[in-house]
Amino acid sequence: MTEHAGYSAPAEVAGEPLLRIEAVEKRFGGFVAVDRLSLDINAGEFFALLGPSGCGKTTLLRMLAGFETPDAGRILLNGVDIAAVLPHERPVNMMFQNYALFPHLSVAANIAFGLKRARLPRKEIKARVAEMLALVRLEGLGKRKPDQLSGGQQQRVALARALALRPKLLLLDEPMAALDKKLRESTQLELMALQKRLGMTFVIVTHDQQEAMTVADRIGVMRAGKLDQVAAPRRLYEAPESRWVAEFVGDVNMLEGSMAGREHGRITIATGGAGDVVATEPREAAGNETICVAIRPEKIRLSLRGPAADAGHADAINRLDGTITDIGYAGGMTSYKVRLDRGATLLAAVANTTRLDVDAYHAGQHVVAWFSPDDCVVLTR
Amino acid sequence: MSGRRIFTKPARLAAVAPYVWMLLFFLVPFGFVVKISLSQTAIAQPPYTPVFDLAAGWTALRAAFDALSIDNFKLILGDHLYVVSYLRSLTVAAVSTAILLGIGYPIAYAMARLPRRWQPLAMMLVIVPFWTSFLIRIYAWINILQHDGLLNQLLLALHIVSKPVVWLSTDTAMYVGIVYSYLPFMVLPLYATLAKLPHSLSEAAADLGASPGRAFWLVTFPLSLPGIGAGVLLCFIPIVGEFVIPDLLAGSRSPMIGQTLWLEFFTNRDWPVASALAVLLLGVLLLPLLIYERAQRRQLEGKS
Repeated sequence: MTEHAGYSAPAEVAGEPLLRIEAVEKRFGGFVAVDRLSLDINAGEFFALLGPSGCGKTTLLRMLAGFETPDAGRILLNGVDIAAVLPHERPVNMMFQNYALFPHLSVAANIAFGLKRARLPRKEIKARVAEMLALVRLEGLGKRKPDQLSGGQQQRVALARALALRPKLLLLDEPMAALDKKLRESTQLELMALQKRLGMTFVIVTHDQQEAMTVADRIGVMRAGKLDQVAAPRRLYEAPESRWVAEFVGDVNMLEGSMAGREHGRITIATGGAGDVVATEPREAAGNETICVAIRPEKIRLSLRGPAADAGHADAINRLDGTITDIGYAGGMTSYKVRLDRGATLLAAVANTTRLDVDAYHAGQHVVAWFSPDDCVVLTR
Repeated sequence: MSGRRIFTKPARLAAVAPYVWMLLFFLVPFGFVVKISLSQTAIAQPPYTPVFDLAAGWTALRAAFDALSIDNFKLILGDHLYVVSYLRSLTVAAVSTAILLGIGYPIAYAMARLPRRWQPLAMMLVIVPFWTSFLIRIYAWINILQHDGLLNQLLLALHIVSKPVVWLSTDTAMYVGIVYSYLPFMVLPLYATLAKLPHSLSEAAADLGASPGRAFWLVTFPLSLPGIGAGVLLCFIPIVGEFVIPDLLAGSRSPMIGQTLWLEFFTNRDWPVASALAVLLLGVLLLPLLIYERAQRRQLEGKS
């Protein structure tokens, strides 16, 4: 294991997180970019910071890299505060959004840059560069200059350069923002495989929720300098803790109402636009204040007459009458906008499971939108 | 570059225009200068022979051609006064350019690192002297540097010196004048190059373990070389031919080539020798240009 010049990384402490961010704050003038944010990231984890632009996720990442100094709080790497350690003395590497490859240096020299600064023996540098080129499948391109490479190749050079020093923690700032969709998807899978194979800790910053869900073990959703929710992708999607997270991560139908009844572990919420909706009672007891029911579009099923009466707990299933107003065909899925008789509009995503359009609806058709209480998320904030 | 490009007619015209300009206003006049440099002085109008007269017929033209000689070049290269004058010009230009680079680079670097909204103001400050006539600014320097000038008054008032220092008519005064006058030509191309460099490159260098000094030498400096090349050429070439500043600020001990040329042309009325001096000067200046051109081409080839 080699460390950065002038810095020896403290030994890993069992049971402690690799990275502990403690009440970190950063202001730019009067603007609070990161607001007393705390977060633990474990060794070997692929963590995504997700949020809209301006939410402070990049500022947080830049504080981890050392390009910004926190105004308050501590950043502990293996228990040692690195908040004031200069970037070139941190055992942390970063992959930049625009790659920031050195245009005057060859691909090999770019990858060797950090190794040379760490004063590794020549032979080892050569071996490591070859290893990195093989890792990102760029063998034979070591002598090229960055601008002789395609965007995808440049992205892999940037990754190889950031990985060459075998950092404890790799920071990735929107690493796939410049790639086209197809390439981005394959790169996401490659990045995940690489991270698992190397056993490194990755922290990625992205505004693309699909990307965060695909690559990350855990996602921290940031809003206005704070973490709204930190959870595994599935939990984040199926059990968002706030309206904002539910709406930011994926599409969602939001029905607002107030508590109308509670029995057998189910609660009834009286909503304005959809009438009474029955939902499974959340673990935290909901009060009587305004509450929201969130239903993902693919959880809503459509049929002409609703579910058969003998379907389990049919009485508890929510059936809402409405009319199809808009149809968005997307190949694998079709999204239907259903205007409920009670006034609200629901979005239902239906998988196109057969080639023939036997299950397709047309605009103006009367349908029953139905969903089970388990598919409702009850939100109080 | 490969393949034929199809240009529209106006585009083709625009592409040709600079060449026409160069041909008409540089190459043709330069042809005259070369011709005069191969002539001999004469007390006549024009003050040299032979004169090409198309009306005199073919034989006379042949005779005129035969009368051309390279005697003036032999004279110049044989007379160490001229050679010293050339060397003096090159030395002054080299020293000035080195000083300009030393002062200009930090200025340009600082400008490029300023917050974006302050950069236009900084650029204005660099350009603002151009709003005053160059000659007036040099005369202002005479006022500052003369025996009872501002500089001496200041030094006396601060008790740094006990009696006035001789500044005017020294090499120091000349260098002050040259560096002052040419600084924008060094700063602007350097600033243009440095401002274009993404800050993330320095950050990437730091991230990979390079201290700020190392990051500068390994990343910023090599990437600013095109700007250095442009700035050095923009200063070096005109300084070699500089006439006004040394004439007004330096002593008359050893003239620069521009002054010698002026002397030959206006005082001695020796057009042929003056022309030969100019032709040789161009030859001397072509050398750094060719080196720069080659370096640039290599860079371009490395890219494509």
